Amino acid sequence: MTEMATPTGTAPRNWTRWGWFALPLLALAAALAWIVAADPMRGFSDGAPPVEALTFERTILDDTGMHFQVRAGGSEPMTIAQMQVDDAYWLFTQDPPGEIARGATAWIHVPYPWVLADAHMVIALTNTGTAFEHEIAVAIPTPKASPGQLIPQAIVGMIVGILPVAIGLMFYPALRGVGRGGMNFLLALTVGLLAFLLIDMSEDALELAAESAALFQGPAMFILAAGATFLLLMAIGRWRGTPAGLALSFFIALGIGLHNLGEGLAIGAAFAAGSAGLGTFLVVGFAIHNITEGIGIAAPILKEKPPLWSFLALTLVAGFPAVIGLWLGSLATAPQWSSLALAIGAGAILQVIVEVSAYLMRSNDRKPAILLSPPVIAGLIVGLGFMYVTAAFVKI
Amino acid sequence: MDSEDNRETLTRRGLLLGGIVAAGGAAVLATGALAQGTHERGTSAAQSEPAAAQADPYATPPAHAGGHGDMMTVGEVDYARNGFDPFEVLTDWYTGTVSTTPDGRTLRTFEIEAIDKEIEIAPGVMFPAWTYNGRVPGPALRGKEGERLRFVFKNFGSHPHSMHFHGIHSARMDGVPGAGLVGPGEEFVYEFDAKPFGCHLYHCHALPLRRHMHKGMYGAFIIDPDPERHPEEADVARSRLLGTPENAKWQELVMVMNAFDTNFDGGNEFYAVNSIAHAYAKRPIRIEKSRPVRIYLINVTEFDPINSFHLHANFFSYFDTGTSLTPTLKAVDLIMQCQAQRGILEFSYAEHEPGQYMFHAHQSEFTELGWMGMFDVVEA
Repeated sequence: MTEMATPTGTAPRNWTRWGWFALPLLALAAALAWIVAADPMRGFSDGAPPVEALTFERTILDDTGMHFQVRAGGSEPMTIAQMQVDDAYWLFTQDPPGEIARGATAWIHVPYPWVLADAHMVIALTNTGTAFEHEIAVAIPTPKASPGQLIPQAIVGMIVGILPVAIGLMFYPALRGVGRGGMNFLLALTVGLLAFLLIDMSEDALELAAESAALFQGPAMFILAAGATFLLLMAIGRWRGTPAGLALSFFIALGIGLHNLGEGLAIGAAFAAGSAGLGTFLVVGFAIHNITEGIGIAAPILKEKPPLWSFLALTLVAGFPAVIGLWLGSLATAPQWSSLALAIGAGAILQVIVEVSAYLMRSNDRKPAILLSPPVIAGLIVGLGFMYVTAAFVKI
Repeated sequence: MDSEDNRETLTRRGLLLGGIVAAGGAAVLATGALAQGTHERGTSAAQSEPAAAQADPYATPPAHAGGHGDMMTVGEVDYARNGFDPFEVLTDWYTGTVSTTPDGRTLRTFEIEAIDKEIEIAPGVMFPAWTYNGRVPGPALRGKEGERLRFVFKNFGSHPHSMHFHGIHSARMDGVPGAGLVGPGEEFVYEFDAKPFGCHLYHCHALPLRRHMHKGMYGAFIIDPDPERHPEEADVARSRLLGTPENAKWQELVMVMNAFDTNFDGGNEFYAVNSIAHAYAKRPIRIEKSRPVRIYLINVTEFDPINSFHLHANFFSYFDTGTSLTPTLKAVDLIMQCQAQRGILEFSYAEHEPGQYMFHAHQSEFTELGWMGMFDVVEA
């Protein structure tokens, strides 16, 4: 009886509730209308010019000159009055023309005959005379998405991403026979290398966040995106039980893959900015640096018999994003999107750190004390140490 | 073992979900990349239509571009809103109102007001200036050697201001604090004899001097020689004296070399003569080749130690400070001036073929930041 009565009884109550929801919204609308109409802030306008902010997000150099995507972030729409390149005013076109609204972007095209391998200083001057500087450290043509560019970039991406993971996974047969202690060491090694990647990525992401327009709130965006990714992946991973074995390997591969996407972005951006002639030394450095990633992916499946295809899949999941990253990065992507990609990667890495540690405990009769045992501590230190030392090859 | 397997399969399902999310994320990223790609193509196509002429930045600029090609400010300054036109400023002498003193001397009275005014100093770039009579440079004051000069100065600005003349006068008339520096709403009358003849300047001497200078408080102050006082060189003096038939043959121009620091970082963003960057480059100054040219050149550039003037394809005589009737430099094509240094340039295109002749500072940086112009020499 009661159950039958409920639906009819709740219907009007629902309407009432929606009505109550409307009340504060209507109050907000009324308040905004009043603020706009009455302008109570008028008393504060003391003749000060509007606050202006302009961020150069993308820079493209080609045979028609220089092209910049800029984002306005001032308190009012902004007007770019003149463009200076190396202390000279140059004709420019803006697309779309006119004022740039807060948060909006526009392309600035300057037919400047830039000089290969030179540095150029670009200044956008607004109608209030405020100057926004942008440095082109080394002028080189921005890579274009053409087969001639994509293929060599893909090869570099494969050397940096896929090759080391594949080589690392080849340790699988050799490592299969390890005992409990050896297993703990390898899992701890994985946690150590992941911890290094997390620190490395966070640093890069925050650096990019600082370059992005203030309205993206770069650092907050990084923490929120990383946190959300972590929680989402934890929830997905633990949908039905905790991940172990091959599933855990895939999660590790996913986290490492997102990290390699970030690494690819960085290398691609270095290409685009001309700030790094990517030498053989650097590529070899990346390859050695990333070999441990393959060992880490293999650790959870050492006691299982995964099908052969899974090794191929693991390699691609972990390694191929480096190729994608390189492609995207070389097209001079805006810093906030690169930062966001890295934040997602950082969240994914954090999730696998938690899951591998949980797996480590679980496979040792759920004793937390195992985390302080000599093989685990040794594994952590070796993992972190190896990554730190090999990273020295790739940091410029 | 059974339960273990069970968990494994279930976890795989979880993994599958994870994979879907990851793939979704990758798809979003890929779409973003595509969008960026199309945007790029879209804009480059849009760009090529209105700006076909600038498709190749490495090409030689066409002749009609006046030798500056793409290196130029964009747009036009609204001279009507500014209230002064750089082409009128060139020849717009302010000679005051003339009366006679009780002892029979000529008295010239000038009325000058200090006004805060936002002016457009380059296309689209506004500068909150302090001005004399609403213009930068201030009015080009001109009188004759030996006359009595009176300047009624009213300060309608928001800061104390003064008029400090480069000339000969008493300490009370110097326009420094305590001697003719007046606060907002106040008035002061400067009075002294016009001497020595020459090309001089006046500027505000309120402190901090640097700010009052670069905000725009300066102008030309020309004292023409009195031919009667220079019998040896009476002809030359007459040619310098405004209003004589000899002087009317000349094309006289006043050029105040100045600059603006629009972002207040202690360095100039724009350089020009008579304030408006590139004004005489975009619209050349018409010169009739049969008439000689005399330029009253004054440097008031702040922040940079010197400025210079270079004339293309021609040489000129230079009268440093204009206080002599014989040139201090003969046949030069470049002179330099520190701040408040000034002089008179005299040259002729009589023997030249008609065409566009450039003039500019020979500090390339100043030139490329706006201080360059053209003479359009025509048959006449």
